[in-house]
Amino acid sequence: MSTAGSARKLAPLAIIWTALLLAPYWMPPLGGYAALGTRILVLALAAMSVNFLLGFTGILSFGHAAYFGLGAYGAGLALKFLAPSTPLALLCGMLLGGVAGALLGSLIVRRRGVYFAMVTIAFGQVFYYIAFQWSSLTGGDDGLRGFTRQPLDFGLFSIDILSNADAFYYFVLVCFAVVVALMGFILRSPFGRTMIALRENERRARFLGIAVERHIWIAFTLSCFFMGLAGALYALVNNFADPRGLHYSQSGDFVMMAVMGGMRNFWGPLLGAAVFVALQDYLSSITINWMSFVGLLFVLMVLFFPRGLLGFIQRKSEA
Amino acid sequence: MTQLILFNITNGLIIGAFYVLMALGLSLILNLSNVINFAHGGFLVIGGYIAYTITPYVGFWGALVVAPLFTAGLGLLVERVLIRQVYGRDPLYSLLLTFGLAFIIEDGTRFIWGAQGKPVTVPAILAQPLSYEFFFLTGYRLFMVAMVVLAVALLFVMLRYTRLGIRIRAGTLDLETVAAMGINVQMLRSLNFAAGIYLAGLSGVLAAGQLGLEPTMGTGLLMPSFIAIIVGGVGSLTGTLIGGLLIGVASGVTAVFLPAASEAIMYVLMAVILLLRPRGLLGEEGMLT
Repeated sequence: MSTAGSARKLAPLAIIWTALLLAPYWMPPLGGYAALGTRILVLALAAMSVNFLLGFTGILSFGHAAYFGLGAYGAGLALKFLAPSTPLALLCGMLLGGVAGALLGSLIVRRRGVYFAMVTIAFGQVFYYIAFQWSSLTGGDDGLRGFTRQPLDFGLFSIDILSNADAFYYFVLVCFAVVVALMGFILRSPFGRTMIALRENERRARFLGIAVERHIWIAFTLSCFFMGLAGALYALVNNFADPRGLHYSQSGDFVMMAVMGGMRNFWGPLLGAAVFVALQDYLSSITINWMSFVGLLFVLMVLFFPRGLLGFIQRKSEA
Repeated sequence: MTQLILFNITNGLIIGAFYVLMALGLSLILNLSNVINFAHGGFLVIGGYIAYTITPYVGFWGALVVAPLFTAGLGLLVERVLIRQVYGRDPLYSLLLTFGLAFIIEDGTRFIWGAQGKPVTVPAILAQPLSYEFFFLTGYRLFMVAMVVLAVALLFVMLRYTRLGIRIRAGTLDLETVAAMGINVQMLRSLNFAAGIYLAGLSGVLAAGQLGLEPTMGTGLLMPSFIAIIVGGVGSLTGTLIGGLLIGVASGVTAVFLPAASEAIMYVLMAVILLLRPRGLLGEEGMLT
């Protein structure tokens, strides 16, 4: 690879990571706040997990909020009933989301396209109803309360991520970086190349002897594990787990973030999540009809920018 | 006890009939155009609210005729302007488009008619119970079922015997060939979409009399319709019919023994069907897979 080529590849990465690392310093002057940055980061992680499946395997799950919400409840319940430990909460959330995804995934990997989307929506709603109905455990409609994220204890020293918003942001950023690195690593591996082959031409991949269903199932399960971790982080952000976080409308938001940023681009969902969350935050502060505007955003994106913001920019620069 | 079980089975059948009406509309659109219409619940709500608004002028019976037609007209407009743009593209886009549309409709309804629920009165002749022993058999419930049966029968007759219906069924199997035979596929899709939305509007009017009106009611009724389609099998309207009744009765019966699980049982049923017969009860293998 030429030096110019690798420079062109490294420059965006450098910009992204610099922006993320310095976010607590440049966001407040622009009208943001540290908690908003943390929320964007967590939702971006969720959107990237959705895109891991949608953009790179070509599989549309419209029920991924279920695994996100399960992660949140897993983390919340672990903090509330098991032990006051943040890492344990993250682990529990991730496992709950991932295992549920692995089990349901085995039921649905044979379906494709619209049918797959429909079945994932319907199964996603199961968890919404469970969280909604089982009030003695989950708090029902009010959501799960009564837990707080705990300071990180490293034996010699501890980091207070509870009251120090910036410290918490950097903690989330570290988690984000680890998961994103893992995603990038998987996508570069032979397995990741197989995922892309399935996206491009499933039939040809099958002729080549690739176990299509098993690959889709593994990709689905991995994405659910990532989703669970994102959900667990989200519970820590709010010190609260909301049944609406499991609802299919939340899934729609995640898919929208991925599409809006550009789903064929690894970093697209990050941009999508940033724009989406900032816009929603702004709209809900100026109008009670923000739902209409978000809906309009969906419609306009589909009609005019189906490749997302990054796809649009790339196309412009190529032309 | 017998009365209680009977009550819940009847209740389940009535609710099931209602799911059927809603799911058939969704199914029509899904089968021909490969579009999952998330906004279907929204059109149901519009139908209900329009009926509520015009009832003082045209009466309940007038509203029953006019409101679904008006909703279908609105559906036609939406299809022409928006849905048409996403035919033949990745299903992702139709999902996102109708999803956004559902947001706009829900918010718009709240804006126009207010967030507070609206009670809807039905004609006195329909409101009274038919028997004191079986107090739950009100005239309105039987009327609802009769309307659903009538609508479903008309739909099936239309699909079986009219030229439009035959074209829709042919298009479901192979739209390309239908187009090659010189049939205006765009027009076919528009009419089919309008027919689906008509059913949503009718469901809305009927639901308003039973449940009252709320801007969010469409969302809650959408999911059972999805399950009805999956259980019955994608691509088969008869399957959707059976699926809707089945989940209605199942949730009615479960309500007797374990009220908290009456909603969950539908999902259990769906999981079992997907495990034992992935294509659904009457689904064709290879349809939309």
